[in-house]
Amino acid sequence: MSSLLIAEQVLNGLQSGIMLFLMAAGLTLIFGVMGLINLAHGSLYMIGAFAAAAVAGATGSFLLALVAALIAAACAGAIVEMVVIRRLYHAPHLDQVLATFALILIFSEGTRWVFGSFPLFLDIPEALSGPVTLPGGIQYPLYRLALIGAGLAVAAGLWFLTARTRIGIQIRAGENDREMIAALGVDISKLYTLVFALGAGLAGLAGALVGAIQSVQVGMGEPVLILAFVVIVIGGIGSIKGAFIGALLVGLTDTLGGIFLPELFKLFMAPDAATQTGSALASMAIYILMSLVLIWRPSGLFGVRL
Amino acid sequence: MIGERYLNLLVLAALMAVPLWALAADEPFTITLATRAVILALAAVGLNIALGMGGLVSLGHAVFFGLGGYAMGILASHAQSYTPLELFGLTIEGTKSMPVIWLTAIIISALAAWGIGLLSLRTSGVYFIMITLAFGQMFYYFAISWSAYGGEDGLSIYVRNGFPGLNTLVPIEYFGLCFAVLCLALLLNARLQGSPFGLALNAARQVPARVETVGLDPMRLKLLAFVLSGAITGLAGALFADLNRFVSPTMFSWQLSGELIVLIVIGGVGRLMGPVIGACLFVTLEHWLGGITEFWHVFLGAILLLIVLFARGGIVGLLTGKEGPHV
Amino acid sequence: MKKLLLATAAMALMANAAISEVKVGMITTLSGGGAGLGIDVRDGFMLAIEQSGRNDIEVVIEDDQRKPDIAVQLADKMIQSEKVDVLTGIIWSNLAMAVVPATVAQGKFYLSPNAGPSALAGKGCHGNYFNVAWQNDNLHEGAGAYANTAGYKNSFILAPNYPAGKDALTGYKRFFEGELAGEIYTKLGQTDYAAEIAQIRASGADSVFFFLPGGMGISFLKQYADSGVDLPVVGPAFSFDQGILQAVGDAALGVVNTSQWNKDIDNATNAAFVESFQAKYGRLPSLYASQGFDTANLLISAVAKADVSDADAFRAALEAAEFDSTRGDFKFGSNHHPVQTIYAREVIKEGDVYTNKIIGTALENHADAYAGECKM
Repeated sequence: MSSLLIAEQVLNGLQSGIMLFLMAAGLTLIFGVMGLINLAHGSLYMIGAFAAAAVAGATGSFLLALVAALIAAACAGAIVEMVVIRRLYHAPHLDQVLATFALILIFSEGTRWVFGSFPLFLDIPEALSGPVTLPGGIQYPLYRLALIGAGLAVAAGLWFLTARTRIGIQIRAGENDREMIAALGVDISKLYTLVFALGAGLAGLAGALVGAIQSVQVGMGEPVLILAFVVIVIGGIGSIKGAFIGALLVGLTDTLGGIFLPELFKLFMAPDAATQTGSALASMAIYILMSLVLIWRPSGLFGVRL
Repeated sequence: MIGERYLNLLVLAALMAVPLWALAADEPFTITLATRAVILALAAVGLNIALGMGGLVSLGHAVFFGLGGYAMGILASHAQSYTPLELFGLTIEGTKSMPVIWLTAIIISALAAWGIGLLSLRTSGVYFIMITLAFGQMFYYFAISWSAYGGEDGLSIYVRNGFPGLNTLVPIEYFGLCFAVLCLALLLNARLQGSPFGLALNAARQVPARVETVGLDPMRLKLLAFVLSGAITGLAGALFADLNRFVSPTMFSWQLSGELIVLIVIGGVGRLMGPVIGACLFVTLEHWLGGITEFWHVFLGAILLLIVLFARGGIVGLLTGKEGPHV
Repeated sequence: MKKLLLATAAMALMANAAISEVKVGMITTLSGGGAGLGIDVRDGFMLAIEQSGRNDIEVVIEDDQRKPDIAVQLADKMIQSEKVDVLTGIIWSNLAMAVVPATVAQGKFYLSPNAGPSALAGKGCHGNYFNVAWQNDNLHEGAGAYANTAGYKNSFILAPNYPAGKDALTGYKRFFEGELAGEIYTKLGQTDYAAEIAQIRASGADSVFFFLPGGMGISFLKQYADSGVDLPVVGPAFSFDQGILQAVGDAALGVVNTSQWNKDIDNATNAAFVESFQAKYGRLPSLYASQGFDTANLLISAVAKADVSDADAFRAALEAAEFDSTRGDFKFGSNHHPVQTIYAREVIKEGDVYTNKIIGTALENHADAYAGECKM
């Protein structure tokens, strides 16, 4: 295996990590500010992808589709927050898990009710299609480079929002002491709705961006949701920086594991058995990574010590 | 409002009456449904020890359910094909005898629960939920790619395993067997709640520091609860596999772990009969709503949501007018 | 679990149909991610029943949610409570493995409109089990044979790491005579294939064979088309059926896939089927719909000849398979699996709709590899 191929696979791993970060960012933001476990985050991702596919199908514009995904998911998020989530902030984690599990059921089958049982079409825009040649001669799809750009922009934007703006100060204050900032005259419930809508919008955007190179179908949210949870747990729940590092770690482990573990096993096993054993181990790799991290640091890499 | 003790007796009586009625009315499928409810209830009774008494929200209990199922599947498939199982140089004969299978299921799930608990209990809160989920996923993917025992196709057992003195192929007899096991587990659970161990566990959930000051190790209490819990859920897995005469990796899926939690919360967390009521309601809803509309999950979701938002303490809480313990 | 009791059109009973009623239980996937396939099978099946005008066939339909334990439970219900004579409808191999052995052991008939796991074609075959679609390996074997005729010498092959995936690669290798540039098992449900595509690019292969059903195939094809790798791709029809193609779009154009059916197979039954399906449901039929349609017609042909309570006569009537199939002549092998032609199809665009066109024959009168192991 050439070093160029290895470099390309590392790039693929980073890229898949950044796609995960898009999804995990909203999840960890919501947890950090409101202490809420939102299993329905994957449904918001799906809503974004479906809204994008519907709008792109009607107008032919990918940009409009992205805007639609953002708005649709943010609106769905705001409604869900006001109707359901608001009542759960003081509830135990168990109730949160269950209520948002119920939301998954409603959203998934509801979407199938509206859009039917067949996958929808959503393609990348003409301007971003096809590969470009990177230094070193790696052929790499332009759209994936754009995804990396979008992920970095979201990371920077979130950092700016939390570290440099008034809302960011309120959010951070809310993480530490919600009674106190409420007493200082900040409308905490409006702030929460806003943060939830922001997190939901990010999930929707991720759904549209990723949906363009994957399959837009009912149930697309759940596998990504579990990965996103793995990411934020490794990074430390509530930490944007942790989510970013965690996403890269998970992306790298998943991608490189799938390629190199079977090769590794071929060194001392028959090729057929090695491919199967290696692949089996590769599909468990990120969960093994996560439990190792948690055994070493029980609240994740950048989590607050409990 | 009705006292919890009377409610419990009422529920058990009703659960026994339904299949007897079905037997009289020649509706064998209703007996199968009731058996399914009883087995799911047993799995949830197991989880309720960790969740209700120990405050351990495990989103990975499907691991034990699946291990129990595979204990049955593997032993029975070796008996079916008359080939002994070679394991680390040991030769183990397959078996079609339920008591042996049950014991194996209990031991294996207890061992797994001990290992997983030892690692997972270093964390708490959301991290605990997520690390148990991670273990569940590991087992799930392992089972899918483990071709020796069917991988995703799972394992079919052609004839239900036997229990001395019973014909387990007759639906009502198998129901009776499962019902008896459930009653034993409930009895164990009830005794546990009043025992020194149960009281200490309750305290460890609420104020771990105080338990420590009286010289008990909250970690060991929780680990013991987790092992007990895993063992019972594992036994339920073996029964479930025998009900369907089939095991597959879906028994390890995180959705199943989620459903077990759903059963408990519908019924009432930490209540003796919470899981039983939850399981009966869930199976009824699944059957009845599913008969009305293809999109029945939407309504199931809505009902769940209403229970979480407006009926804290679940059905038991609603009927007895008392809130359950806080988790 | 929708119950759909069919009251067929009030046509008079045909002369030869003065036989007792037949009750059919259909267990198929109607909710969740894989619902599209089950809906197609159901619609194809019911269309045939409706067109036959018979009112002595009653069909009970239930949704298995793609869960094996639910499927087993439904089979119990259909046999114990509904007292059905024939079961059908299951889409997925793992569900079929859970339901079929127990069903046929209880003396009921099972007609498979889709899944054909190798265990049920070989050692586990049974006189009451009939597969109207294909043995699982068939289309992959066809792909391997096509790769030979296309002159491919060095293939890169990939499939998910589960039994059907392993069968797929085995099936391809059974017929493909060239070398393998690489062999990868992906994770079941994987959605990102950047790493695999990079391996393909670096492998020096001259062709790619993949088996990635459903959403996995959509993701792979879209990403492959965008990667700049321009090796020819072959695959079984599962990633190119009518329901999926519209979601893949241009990325699928020109890809060759193998199938036992296509809407342009030239016979009167098929033309009428495609037209009436489109008229009734407002969409083009998929291969799953054709399989549902054929399954129902096989059943109808047997019901017309024999009484279902006479199991031997009914089995003989099914074995004879005297019905007009959408695939032309239909014939069962010794293990009750079809002996049939596998076509190579190419994805084309007709107006706004993506669909397939037959470009050649991959395997003629092909029987499966397990028939020899079957002792009936």
